[in-house]
Amino acid sequence: MVVGAGRVGSSVATSALLAGHVVSVLDADPLSHERLDVELGRSWEENGGRFTIGTALERDALDEAGMAESDVCIVCTNGDNTNLVVAQIAQRRYDVPRVIVRVLDPRRAAWYREQGLHTICPTQIAIDQLTAAALAPAPPA
Amino acid sequence: MSLYVIVCGAGKVGWNLARELIEKDHEVTVIESDRRRYLIVEQELEHSVQYGDATELWVLERAGIQRADLVVAVTGDDEDNLLICQVAKEKYLCDRIIARVNNPRNVDTFKLLGIQPAVSATDLILRLIEHEVPSYGLIHLLDLPEERLEIIELVVSDDAPAVGREVQELNMPEGSLVISVLRDHGGFVPKADTVIRAGDEVLVVLDPGLEADITAHFVANGRA
Repeated sequence: MVVGAGRVGSSVATSALLAGHVVSVLDADPLSHERLDVELGRSWEENGGRFTIGTALERDALDEAGMAESDVCIVCTNGDNTNLVVAQIAQRRYDVPRVIVRVLDPRRAAWYREQGLHTICPTQIAIDQLTAAALAPAPPA
Repeated sequence: MSLYVIVCGAGKVGWNLARELIEKDHEVTVIESDRRRYLIVEQELEHSVQYGDATELWVLERAGIQRADLVVAVTGDDEDNLLICQVAKEKYLCDRIIARVNNPRNVDTFKLLGIQPAVSATDLILRLIEHEVPSYGLIHLLDLPEERLEIIELVVSDDAPAVGREVQELNMPEGSLVISVLRDHGGFVPKADTVIRAGDEVLVVLDPGLEADITAHFVANGRA
């Protein structure tokens, strides 16, 4: 189950589908469905994918997308706050065994990780890599 | 007693709430993330309003969340209100939180994450409508789920078992008590020998779950 099919979500969804998994995508914007088609070179549904248009906070949308049956849920809409709420709904209401959530704000990513959410923080990864690159010892002249 | 209150969101609700609290001599900080709105509100509230996104931890810390007695999240976004209250309660151990629910369909999510009380304007208005329309039978006046306490109001129907009987003869279930009777445009606290009449409005305090038992006493055939 992938909630939010922007650049990141659609890539993860496509990889999972091509690896032979059953993938259901939920996004509020029908345009993200087109992106999935383009990435695959043919229709998402023809490849066996599921797509639901809806708001991630709406119970009906999550039910329709099949959150209750999912083994893994990846939450990566473009809003940290939506992601953090949806991830907790997936964990607590739907008992999804593995929930992974993208959080851009490093401090909240860290705190929610301490609270038991599996958070991924691209900002922190960029900070670490940029810092390492900037402070790397200069190559010998 | 003067409280320190952080109000997140300077919309109509937040701004007016802050104004009232300041008038009652409480210390208030309002946090508003929209720059233009902030500048308008700042003309009146001055140093009591801060510019920033209240879902960011550093903004809450700058507002002094560590010493806040109460955090009220009344932005127009339910996700924001949920998360502000969640970190206030669980990270900064703030004793009291109040959240606004914009979309009543999200009430369940506030419950799921333990964010209570969550106030929905739609629900409040619905309660008022129910109060004006007693044919609904049973009205919830107060629900305190954490304290496991409710107060309900019932209109005694003509053929109800309680009609013509004294309060002490009613055999009310354990954990319930008639606390007030409204009759002839006035209310009074009933005594053991007060006789219940058809058309009385009775207020009952009860443990949650006893509604059906109590309705059976005051409404014929238990129709509520």
